[in-house]
Amino acid sequence: MGIDFIYPEFEVKRDRERCIACRVCERQCANCVHSYDEESGLMLSDESQCVDCHRCVSLCPTRALKIVKSDCALRENANWTTDAINEIYKQASSGGVLLSSMGNPKPMPVYWDRILINASQVTNPSIDPLREPMETRVFLGKKPDRIKREGDELCCELTPQLELSMPVMFSAMSYGSISYNAHKSLAIAASKLGILYNTGEGGLHEDFYAYGANTIVQVASGRFGVHEKYLEAGAAVEIKMGQGAKPGIGGHLPGTKIGSDISRTRMIPEGSDAISPAPHHDIYSIEDLRQLVYSIKETTGYRKPVIVKVAAVHNIAAIASGIARSGADIIAIDGFRGGTGAAPTRIRDNVGIPIELALASVDTRLREEGIRNNVSLVVGGSIHSSADVIKAIALGADACYIATAALLALGCHLCRTCQTGNCNWGIATQRPELVKRLNPDIGSERLINLMTAWNHEIKELMGGMGINSIEALRGNRLMLRGVGLNGKELEILGISHAGE
Amino acid sequence: MKQYVIIGGGVAAVSCVDGIRSRDPEGKITMICGEGRTAYCRPLISYCLKGKSDFGKIDYRPESYYIQNRCKLVYQKAVKIDPIKQTVTLEDGEALPYDALCAATGSDPIVPPFEGIDTVSAKYGFLTEADARALDGAVKPDSRVLIIGAGLIGLKCAEGLCGRARSVTVCDLAPRVLSSILDDTCAGFMQKKLEEHGVTFLLSDTAVRFDSDNAIMQSGRTVSFDILVLAVGVRANVSLIKDIGGECGRGIIVDDGMRTSIENIYAAGDCTEGFDASLGERRVIAILPNANMQGRTAGVNMAGGSELLTNLMPMNAIGFFGLHALSAGSPSGQAHERKTDAGIKRLYIRDGYLSGFILIGDITGAGIYTAMIREKTPLSSVDNELLLTLPSLAAFSEQRRRKVLREVV
Amino acid sequence: MKRVFVDEQWCLGCHLCEYNCAYANSGADSMVKALKDRQIFPRVRVEDTGKITFALSCRHCSDPICVKGCISGALSKGTDGAVRIDRDKCVGCFTCILLCPYGAVMAGEGGAAIKCELCLENACGAPACVAGCPNRALVYEERG
Repeated sequence: MGIDFIYPEFEVKRDRERCIACRVCERQCANCVHSYDEESGLMLSDESQCVDCHRCVSLCPTRALKIVKSDCALRENANWTTDAINEIYKQASSGGVLLSSMGNPKPMPVYWDRILINASQVTNPSIDPLREPMETRVFLGKKPDRIKREGDELCCELTPQLELSMPVMFSAMSYGSISYNAHKSLAIAASKLGILYNTGEGGLHEDFYAYGANTIVQVASGRFGVHEKYLEAGAAVEIKMGQGAKPGIGGHLPGTKIGSDISRTRMIPEGSDAISPAPHHDIYSIEDLRQLVYSIKETTGYRKPVIVKVAAVHNIAAIASGIARSGADIIAIDGFRGGTGAAPTRIRDNVGIPIELALASVDTRLREEGIRNNVSLVVGGSIHSSADVIKAIALGADACYIATAALLALGCHLCRTCQTGNCNWGIATQRPELVKRLNPDIGSERLINLMTAWNHEIKELMGGMGINSIEALRGNRLMLRGVGLNGKELEILGISHAGE
Repeated sequence: MKQYVIIGGGVAAVSCVDGIRSRDPEGKITMICGEGRTAYCRPLISYCLKGKSDFGKIDYRPESYYIQNRCKLVYQKAVKIDPIKQTVTLEDGEALPYDALCAATGSDPIVPPFEGIDTVSAKYGFLTEADARALDGAVKPDSRVLIIGAGLIGLKCAEGLCGRARSVTVCDLAPRVLSSILDDTCAGFMQKKLEEHGVTFLLSDTAVRFDSDNAIMQSGRTVSFDILVLAVGVRANVSLIKDIGGECGRGIIVDDGMRTSIENIYAAGDCTEGFDASLGERRVIAILPNANMQGRTAGVNMAGGSELLTNLMPMNAIGFFGLHALSAGSPSGQAHERKTDAGIKRLYIRDGYLSGFILIGDITGAGIYTAMIREKTPLSSVDNELLLTLPSLAAFSEQRRRKVLREVV
Repeated sequence: MKRVFVDEQWCLGCHLCEYNCAYANSGADSMVKALKDRQIFPRVRVEDTGKITFALSCRHCSDPICVKGCISGALSKGTDGAVRIDRDKCVGCFTCILLCPYGAVMAGEGGAAIKCELCLENACGAPACVAGCPNRALVYEERG
């Protein structure tokens, strides 16, 4: 190709008055955007390589740098957007499937932002979380339908439960898609916080068995890194049927990322591509799923809850109903905005449904069928804040899964180029010199800070509603009102409009 | 209460006080300061001439130091030691008794018996503060200065006088400057630097005869001067010990604990002949860092300690007009050299160890080499290739770096 | 005493410590003013072999040989344990560079020797290199 049709998306603005030519930007850019010209003593930029990850911006000691969107524009067209045109150019040049990372960035509705939370006024007292005890602890797993007592003693038989200090967990990200240090940060934070993180389908690095009590080990269609000890190592086992960012398709970790450590962890040869098939080749029905669920339970002596994770798709309520009857203890539903280390752009941006609607319809369906207590519900796919957590719980979730928010806490700037493996923040990369940029001491501290802050906010919000326990908020849709939503949306969400 | 006497009032003497006081806060210390003043930094005298320092701030320790350490100062010369009675006799006849004695007598300039030297009116040495003050007062913008001796003292004097006199000429019988420390190549760098600043050299030539303000050289030429500086060399001051039968070579012979051959008498500093660990032989190593370390060891042992100093070696930091030559150890073994226009790096390797080095120009991290010689670091334990290019901790094992970077050293 | 300790595992070789050091010791009120278009003379030096990278500054040794060898009395170890250099006294003979076993004394601007004084003598009050290290490769703490 002689002509590059695509003009660089970003411009590096360097304030020459401020730049001291310390070359930190140059040393920190894995995309080689910055260079130093000995002759003139000036820093130069090759913006065609810039992904707007802000590593240089964040580390520039004199704040001499900013990255701006180029204003070099194609003629404005409300039908053919610049993105649409550039994607055509890319494919005309490469002949390949477009790849993207992280969650769907398209301007689709965010229902969380159309839902408002209630607060007590006059007739029922709100609770001050600084003065009164607030319970944010949750237990995930199958709950008995009735409480039985013998004398004063409870005598319900309880299947294994996961105890969380707050209703949030770090969702699946594999060692391979993210770095050793990112994993370590998550593992340390989860164990210090009393919550769980999730291995994803990359297996569990031998160093992280120590964090097993706070680990969910995943079994996905590629079965990478799955062996008896692995299943035994975690607090729970998650069967991954689908992922919000790429429902219906598998995964592909290129051989270049399969170094010795990852190869050992995934139990595949070094340098070989790790291809997870689209379906589990042994699961074509709920009955098949049930077999896998019980195989895992047999293997782990019925001591670990089994989670089944699915992407939020059109008939999610019926699917969830099936899963709730499969013996699974927990259903995890991943909305269409969930992140990914790499997915075909078209799938990421066009497949699946919003988690808010999926959650509401699943919770409703399970209640209607009288099987809500068979399972706990965990939802993810762009939980932005503690307010989203509260809204999810009020819509019927037991807990939330967060991943993008956790990565942001670790330094991710959502440049959405994880697929290149050149993550300047040491997160989505396996290059040792980049991986070391994420010191897990700092990473775990930041995750703990974030979760601690959210937990405070969750307590504040609950207190405002006069609720002192997460359990009392679950499925309490009366605490929610919609704004600017149509009748059908409100009906699915099961909430009234504001003012009603 | 133990009585300590230290003959001498220089760096070794002060460090000896430090050593004594580290073990014995009570004992009585008397320091015999033959130069009529307390310890000062002798190497600074050339910087005083140059204006980079001044005579007001060359004290090695403030006055309060001697009070705090209860150190009695006697401004006289010691004339005799009686090793049987254990006394030191002063000029005025007073005999100071000692339980432990340290000879830190330093060295004296060598003045060869030049013919006609008595006819020279303006002649100076360049070893003491008094020498430097006298020279400082005598030198005028139109003075022609002739310095006999292109050793360290002569050249530092030349540097100090550069720009203060009409001309500065240095002569030496040796064919190069700093002949006892540097070889031809290295000496050439230093000579060139001094020449760039106006110093004239007459090498392989020296004065044989003086006739008032003229020096008649071995080559037959005559050099006229207004000021003559004699910097031919120094000789360790061993007489007090030698007179009572103490073992002496070129200096007072001491063991690793700074003991002389006579009971309860120690020696430290420029007057001693100690063991050069880099060479494996005894020699006089008249440098300030060694005076400091020897003095301290002597002091500790005088106060009943048992400290040994086993890693002495020559270490020289020589600099003229911003060009620095740092060297340590012995130039023996196989030489590895990298030379540029700006300087040179030469490392000597013997039996798998670094035995000596010299750096001229780029002196970054030189101490890493010095420590390798001092600590006898086997070259097999370090990344040689890196080390030969760059003295860096990166060339050492991770374990070693961990210790240095993550522990208190 | 508190010292600067270095964990090379986390050193990125970004050299920010050098610039933060040079700025902290410049006395200027802006980094741009202090460092723009100038050669910098930091008291911490990043060593980078491509494989190994770490920032090195004075270890403030318990028994500092630089102090023993200093010909001008410019180097001293304070009662707080910090090894300081009196720039007024230093004549730039660089015996300290010859002696420091770690390469932690450097030649400064104008020919005097410079070394880390833990920012105790400047406006920072605590090491600027540590404060500015983006990956906690440098820490300032008490260790036994």
